[in-house]
Amino acid sequence: MNVAELDQLWVYLSGSPLLSLLATLVVFALAVRINSAMGGTPLLHPVTLSIAILIGLLMLVDMDYATYFEGAQFIHFLLGPATVALAIPLYDHRERVRRLLVPLLIACMTGIVTAVASTLGLAMALGARTETVLSLAPRSVTSPIAMGIAEQIGGIPSLAAGLVLLTGSIGCALSPWVFRLLRVTDPAVQGFTLGLAAHGFGTAQAFARIGVVAGAFSGLAMGLAGLLTAFLLPLLTRLFGLGG
Amino acid sequence: MPLIIGMSVLLICQFLGELVARGLMLPVPGPVFGMVILLVGLMVRGKVPDSLRMTGEGLLRYLTLLFVPAGVGLMVHFRLIGQDLWPILITLVLSTAVTLGVTAWVLDRMNRRRGSRP
Repeated sequence: MNVAELDQLWVYLSGSPLLSLLATLVVFALAVRINSAMGGTPLLHPVTLSIAILIGLLMLVDMDYATYFEGAQFIHFLLGPATVALAIPLYDHRERVRRLLVPLLIACMTGIVTAVASTLGLAMALGARTETVLSLAPRSVTSPIAMGIAEQIGGIPSLAAGLVLLTGSIGCALSPWVFRLLRVTDPAVQGFTLGLAAHGFGTAQAFARIGVVAGAFSGLAMGLAGLLTAFLLPLLTRLFGLGG
Repeated sequence: MPLIIGMSVLLICQFLGELVARGLMLPVPGPVFGMVILLVGLMVRGKVPDSLRMTGEGLLRYLTLLFVPAGVGLMVHFRLIGQDLWPILITLVLSTAVTLGVTAWVLDRMNRRRGSRP
């Protein structure tokens, strides 16, 4: 019987999308198991955990991100239709959204201004370089918007994308403590806050942990924050005397 | 069939959203406009078709998984992040905590005052 050489097998496997697609699914399933075995702690969020494990694996087998993404893009592509599908829970809860429209808009504006001002203020005080500060500024909106904004105000788009992802994980990890501290129990408020501060990660967390109402408000916050930030941020950075 | 019809509706909305975003050269991703288009469509129609609900809610149930491939992209940015590691980490943690706190507090206060809690 002829058996292929191991390294030839690897050349085939690492070149086809099958391996990274399978690895993503298996690692995610494993991460969900690990997370529930640890009592569902938000510190080891399944997404954060999966990302860490996959990065570790890729480094171990020396595969670059572009190769990995060839397989994983099939999962990534579904983010588009999933974002569109956020309209469904939003429609289901339209009465509540309509009743809360003014508070929601005010909270959204306050949240964005807080996010941007505290980010710029802290990063400047801590002595980060100007490009870093400008790449940090749009960190709480979903990555495609953040990359566009970063480019517009003079930051580094790819760095902005990375910081958006970190913000998402940190937001999900911190949110249960913040809600407990402030005694916020309303799922609509929790969801909206998560979507605003932690974009899509927050929305996913809201659906998975809190429920459909939270998910609906979270999706709304993500969309609203994205649209408003795109217009507000260039003005705010100018206020801090950065870029132009 | 319902899965195919539901998926087609979602993709049509995304497609129209891309057209709007690119046509008007806005820095907002197409799917966000797609969401608005679908919402308007649902309001005009007055109900969510079963096929659309099945597909849409199925996708949303696994929303967390869909972020993993993009998240792994963080490995590409290690070098850039490493150059300003501590300012970045401290800023992200503190500022995210403050943003969560302020947003939740403001919305909760106004929500309570209106007495519209369920």
